[in-house]
Amino acid sequence: MSYVPDNLKYTASHEWLEDLGNGVYRVGITEFAQSQLGDIVFVELPELDESYAQEDECGVVESVKTASDIYCPLVGTVTAINDALEDTPELINDSPFDDGWIFELKLDEEADTGSLLSAEDYRASIADED
Amino acid sequence: MQIKFDRMKQTVLNAAHRKAGAKMVDFGGWEMPINYGSQIEEHHAVRQAVGMFDVSHMTVVDVSGPEALTYLYQLLANDITKLKTGQALYSTMLNESGGVIDDLITYKVSETDYRVVVNAATREKDLAWMTAQTDSYDVDLTEQADTAMIAVQGPKALETLQPLIELDLSNTPRFYATWNEELFIGRTGYTGEDGVEIMLPAEQAEALWDQLIAAGVQPCGLGARDTLRLEAGMHLYGQDMDENITPLECGLGWTLRKENPTFNGADALAQLREQGINKKLIGLVLEGRGVLRHNQTLIDGAGHQGIITSGGYSPSTEKAIAMAVVDKGMDPATLQVQIRNKTLPCRVVKLPFVRNGKSLIEE
Repeated sequence: MSYVPDNLKYTASHEWLEDLGNGVYRVGITEFAQSQLGDIVFVELPELDESYAQEDECGVVESVKTASDIYCPLVGTVTAINDALEDTPELINDSPFDDGWIFELKLDEEADTGSLLSAEDYRASIADED
Repeated sequence: MQIKFDRMKQTVLNAAHRKAGAKMVDFGGWEMPINYGSQIEEHHAVRQAVGMFDVSHMTVVDVSGPEALTYLYQLLANDITKLKTGQALYSTMLNESGGVIDDLITYKVSETDYRVVVNAATREKDLAWMTAQTDSYDVDLTEQADTAMIAVQGPKALETLQPLIELDLSNTPRFYATWNEELFIGRTGYTGEDGVEIMLPAEQAEALWDQLIAAGVQPCGLGARDTLRLEAGMHLYGQDMDENITPLECGLGWTLRKENPTFNGADALAQLREQGINKKLIGLVLEGRGVLRHNQTLIDGAGHQGIITSGGYSPSTEKAIAMAVVDKGMDPATLQVQIRNKTLPCRVVKLPFVRNGKSLIEE
């Protein structure tokens, strides 16, 4: 079973969100997602200060196996990106919920956090494959 | 009512893979390990020390009879008559249009006995084609379905394996084989490193596998096998060539025999040479950041086009590398690859990218 921290929110497309307060969320991909991708060798980060709609493709994670889009989990503006991933993309494998974070998003007012999954819901959504 | 179960075929080492923590995938109908944790670590194990692969899914066919040599001379586009006893030969097998039915290794066992190893995914069509070609020859084909195959590869492959077997490997040069009643060991492989491919009775495979694990050999999956062979500039059937392309257009011209070219497909190749060959295979390195992948398209300033046939991240060079089939006139100076919504410059380099543990990419 993959580790799914209780204090985070999730999407069905395997992003996690950590509430940093003031409408800012930190975003990464889950341990389950990185284990499915295998060794990660390249990350195309979202553009800083760029606004994205919910489910927009805002970046790419490439592993030895495949390229996978990162979807913006909610409508908002990118306020920080994890530059360390440019030289050490394997941080996502080693520390998906911590050093391997990908970007921070300031939510727009209309952002619907109710569309996110709880840890319990996400665990259930991956139960078949995990 | 009929209930049909499509079960994947398993090699005799299936349980051993699971015990070693393999992630299993469907590979041409076979349930095979893609990795045992980290594909990159498996790759480095082969380049720097020793790793092993279960390749029991591959098809072993023994060709025997008084006319085995003349049969293979017609079937194969390379020159089988050059082989000394024990020696191995890489060759393609072509259809009448010169398209590649498969690539394969043939070992000469005696004047009348040869052992051929073909790909797993092409097994049915290969056997059908090879059988159809036997018509006018006094020759027998015998598939060795109960033979398992373990490839042990890397600079420490021979010294690690030698204490575990009775056969003496010290007198077997690269691209030769040695054998006894049970083991058949070819000093061949698909990684660009020294090493062997061991064919043995299926019921003995797991014991040898376990001994190799105990000797410190890293089990490696299909993922590492692919990055190793790509770095070594070795073709993968179905990607870098298939029945719709001739060896002349995909970088395999060096495997074609020049003397007495009477093999299947030779007429079509002669015709193509006369008309002019319009495609070639090249090696590519991505200049910027990103990963080259199978099926990405290439274009140069004059509109010449191409397609990446095999691409990926190369753990040994830490660069994105690829093999591509391109228009003959492709200009290396203006060549660009389309990756999603971007076009990025690529550098054309000589193959292979890596050989015997060292990067050959010029800076």
